[in-house]
Amino acid sequence: MSGDPIYTEMIIEYSRNPSNFGKIDNAHIHQHDANPLCGDTIDLYLNIDDNKISEVKFDGHGCAICMACCSVLTEMIKGKTLDDVKKFDKDELLSELGLEHLVKTSPVRIKCALLSLKSLKFGIYSYFVDKMNDSESAGNLNEEAANLY
Amino acid sequence: MQSTADAFEDLRKDFPVLNRRVRDNKKLVYFDNAATTQKPNQVIDAISDFYQNHNSNIHRAVHALAEESTEAFENTRDMVAKFLNIEDSREIIFVRGTTEGINLVAYAWGRDNVKEGDIIVTTEYEHHSNIVPWQLLTQEKKAQLKYIDIDDNGELMLDQLDDYLSTGKVKLVTFSHMSNVLGTISPVEKIISKCKNAGVKVLIDAAQSVPHMKVNLNEIGCDFFVFSGHKMLGPTGVGVLWAKKEILEKMSPFLGGGDMIREVHKYETTWNDLPYKFEAGTPNIADVIGFAKAIEYLEKIGMDNIRNHELELTKYALEEMKKIPGLTLYGTKEPEKRGGVISFNFNDVHPHDVGTIIDKDGVAIRSGHHCAQVLMEKLNVAATNRASFYIYNTKEEIDVLITALQNVAKVFKL
Repeated sequence: MSGDPIYTEMIIEYSRNPSNFGKIDNAHIHQHDANPLCGDTIDLYLNIDDNKISEVKFDGHGCAICMACCSVLTEMIKGKTLDDVKKFDKDELLSELGLEHLVKTSPVRIKCALLSLKSLKFGIYSYFVDKMNDSESAGNLNEEAANLY
Repeated sequence: MQSTADAFEDLRKDFPVLNRRVRDNKKLVYFDNAATTQKPNQVIDAISDFYQNHNSNIHRAVHALAEESTEAFENTRDMVAKFLNIEDSREIIFVRGTTEGINLVAYAWGRDNVKEGDIIVTTEYEHHSNIVPWQLLTQEKKAQLKYIDIDDNGELMLDQLDDYLSTGKVKLVTFSHMSNVLGTISPVEKIISKCKNAGVKVLIDAAQSVPHMKVNLNEIGCDFFVFSGHKMLGPTGVGVLWAKKEILEKMSPFLGGGDMIREVHKYETTWNDLPYKFEAGTPNIADVIGFAKAIEYLEKIGMDNIRNHELELTKYALEEMKKIPGLTLYGTKEPEKRGGVISFNFNDVHPHDVGTIIDKDGVAIRSGHHCAQVLMEKLNVAATNRASFYIYNTKEEIDVLITALQNVAKVFKL
């Protein structure tokens, strides 16, 4: 099974020991999402200070791809500004784990990979609506999240 | 003389897809039969033959093709009746599948017969198709939906049924003949005798049982019985609802439209006779005709032989899987109490990862919640892996599964 395009050392390692795994009590943003096809569920927690993501955690149940992507995504966005997160593209996440090929090769597993990003975009969307009254940013995020895969 | 195992192996030549190589040129091992089975040439050819030589709508025109297709379609109805040991084939209603059949009952019978405060009883190991229609009905009617729980062995706790029945409010008990996840075969006789004593109607979801064992509807004594053709070698889009004539006659229609009417006037309509009252619109003619060939095929092998073949495979698979460290098997440990369905988890590896890794070895199983999230909650897992067998599967294929599972352990460094 050497050279497996999905189950790389990095993915196995992240799925065994996920980063930023846990809850944040009273988080500024709490987004729950599920993949209805396979039953993966995640909860994403974010605290925002000074327009920056000061703290981020996730928990849930998912396959190795889902858990690895959640881990990497939370690592990548920690400390980033909301503007950075608005611009954050799925290719950035997928290439970090060498999973760009999933877009073409596995329409099923791509959903596992991008559940984390979808939750992030929806979470930030509600934040823009509720806290910042920025309906334009919110609208764009909502559309992006809804069409992610 | 051929041994029984050889006779079953010989069937494989009728199923072109079983010759497929998949992924890295691996021989296909198809263990996703509880989702849908493969189709033999006999079924595929019958569908082509219909479109090439007989295609016509049915029950209407008087031309030659219309007569031929009507006869072939109605002939299937008679075959289904005979297959289930039903005397009156007008009690056989063709639907799209089990889901539509249950929805038909929930809508057409349920709306007229279930009132505020009434109880519908289902079980914890139902497919979503035997839960959601009843949620919709009970919510609309302000009625209650109750569950018979399962015990640690994956079997129904029938004492709870007694409690529900003693309220005098139960209108229907609806349950699957065989669990699509655990493979548990429900104690049909016990449930029905309790319900009959209480004067309560019974629906059996037979999607997982009819394809795998002999069913005699004349003896079972339920009121509604539903199953799908595509899980028993037939085409997709064909299912059967059976109910007693007296019940069907009193029921309101489900879908309104052509074929289900006797006379239509501007503001009122009278209904057609059974079974047409419940078959509005042009049905799935070609696939119903193809389904006849599936029944013919199964009858030729014999349903008791099929059950025995799957029992052998299940016993063998359970024995081999028990030897794999870290593998959790769900459901009863007694093979006789279950069908050819084995759900399992492998250490803490997510079923999707197991499914993807063994797929590289050509092994097709199902990973997920199997449309049974209520049961997943009960088992306290998000998902399971499920291998399910049918007539064309062999012990050698189970060996391939076992080796593939050992690969999963390597990838995850277990």
